[in-house]
Amino acid sequence: MPTYEPILLKNMLQPGYTGSLAEYERTGGYQAIRKVLGKVSPADVTAVVMKSGLRGRGGAGFPTGVKWGFLPKDYQGPRYLCCNADESEPGTFKDRQLIERDPHQLLEGMLIACYAIGAASSYIYIRGEFVLGAKILEQAINDARAAGYVGKNIFGTNTTIDIWVHRGAGAYICGEETALLESLEGKRGLPRVKPPFPATHGLYNKPTVVNNVETLANLPHILNRGAEWFASIGSPPKSTGTRVFCVSGHVARPGNYEVPMGITFRELIYEQAGGMRSNKKLKAFIPGGASAPFLTPDHLDVKLDFESVALAGSMLGSGGVTVMEEGTDMVWAALRLMEFFYHESCGKCSPCREGSSWLVQIMRRIVNKRGQMADLETLTDLCKNIAGRTVCAFGDAEVSPILSTLKHWRHEYVALIHAAEAANLIRPEPVGTKH
Amino acid sequence: MLQETHKAEIDDILSRYPVKRSALLPLLYLAQREQGYVTEAAMQEIAGILMLTPPQVYETATFYTMLNLKPVGKFHLQVCKSLMCALVGSDTVIGWIGAKLGIKPGETTPDKLFTLSVVECLAACGTGPMMQVNDDYYERLTEEKLDRILAELRQTGSSSLKTGPFMWPEPAAAKAGA
Repeated sequence: MPTYEPILLKNMLQPGYTGSLAEYERTGGYQAIRKVLGKVSPADVTAVVMKSGLRGRGGAGFPTGVKWGFLPKDYQGPRYLCCNADESEPGTFKDRQLIERDPHQLLEGMLIACYAIGAASSYIYIRGEFVLGAKILEQAINDARAAGYVGKNIFGTNTTIDIWVHRGAGAYICGEETALLESLEGKRGLPRVKPPFPATHGLYNKPTVVNNVETLANLPHILNRGAEWFASIGSPPKSTGTRVFCVSGHVARPGNYEVPMGITFRELIYEQAGGMRSNKKLKAFIPGGASAPFLTPDHLDVKLDFESVALAGSMLGSGGVTVMEEGTDMVWAALRLMEFFYHESCGKCSPCREGSSWLVQIMRRIVNKRGQMADLETLTDLCKNIAGRTVCAFGDAEVSPILSTLKHWRHEYVALIHAAEAANLIRPEPVGTKH
Repeated sequence: MLQETHKAEIDDILSRYPVKRSALLPLLYLAQREQGYVTEAAMQEIAGILMLTPPQVYETATFYTMLNLKPVGKFHLQVCKSLMCALVGSDTVIGWIGAKLGIKPGETTPDKLFTLSVVECLAACGTGPMMQVNDDYYERLTEEKLDRILAELRQTGSSSLKTGPFMWPEPAAAKAGA
């Protein structure tokens, strides 16, 4: 099996590495920020990040340097950086590891980003359930503050950069960047209508950048080793660097694996994650978190980069790869994800709020062998009327499990409906709006 | 009153934000930590501290699943039931807990020790089935582990089986696999 040089997981792969400030510095930590602070202009730091090709690791894959470049150049008031540590896309568990095992790598990345965009204050919005992660970050920030790396006049310069931890409280939608900002302002986490974008009207209506944990953790390495080095890894020019892929489901060795983008799903699943957990064959996999449409064994040789997965009809998303073996009921699997989306719909847009309720009711009755053939048309019709008709991408996400399982495993839906018809079960009350 | 008992902590929280309302979730957490859930009196007091109306506090508090608006048991068992955990047996775990404690999801044991909740994804998909008990994660659950966790919680108030700083696979295992 080929081995790859880990970048983000390099420190924590050393046995005994605790992620303390002293250990992080022993491995060359806080050298990148020293190299740039007051010595390289913020515009040049942004240019390096653009040149590296780094794209957001949270799900959307937007080029990081370009996002920074959208901030108004002549704006004199405060600007903010928010680190999105709300990790809540089902199938994804990488940010938790990056935070708990090497917190200073993230903090150094945040300092670099703050310097590049001119932010003196930044917040780490961490999902509320990560209590341990929040404690580890608080401790790391305190240690960095004591060392003069965070706060006023950091590293002996006249630059001020503060970092605060802000805990969420259990809402998937707060991973959406504008819902995150609403939540950080003490409100319900409802996504904002865009435009305006956070780059001009973000936190407290000020220019703001929201970047994912893994995105920020890459920055020290890019500044230390250069844009060319980073751009040579993975599948240049559009998918550069490594990704920490989270493999879950029916594999022998689930877990986080950092590999260059562009290896195949076959290699990730069968070599890194040890293949299937039993002698049952692979039936289906989700390539990039619950929002990404299901793929089939025919897609195992698709490359793990943004373009290839999109071309295969799905998305690389958050890097959460969930594997299902032969015997998994695909209608049940789609229902489980639909239950998730129904629970997490924030309620702002009616297509999503009402639609998720209808979808989950129809899916439940099909799985409970109470469905009828007309339900399949209703499902498809509903999905088409939800996707693209909501303020945020949640609407597109919630229909993907149903549409993709209908596409690849329609016969399983039909079999459940035939079973219902054979048993001559009376259809229960029609779908309504009740929750 | 929180303002009398936790003045320094409240001041520290307020100092982090240029706009007071941002301190709302941290203050609701503080109230919950003190009383086990967020009481109406606490919400009114927090509204006063942040110069908000009580409905503004209430509308935020009701949006977030981690804020308990009614009392829960001393140990709040929250089992993930999302697809990734369901593929590796979360429904079985929910059944075990129900049988061992004699409660259904949403219920609390008569001695007020345990509340069972079934929740959506907690971002531990590679180490399922899993549950969160108060602040701690318990992963790769088996029936034997579950028995130990419940016994230790009853006896000492905490369990040694909780997950520390997370990494999976662990470094040694990652090496063996490489």
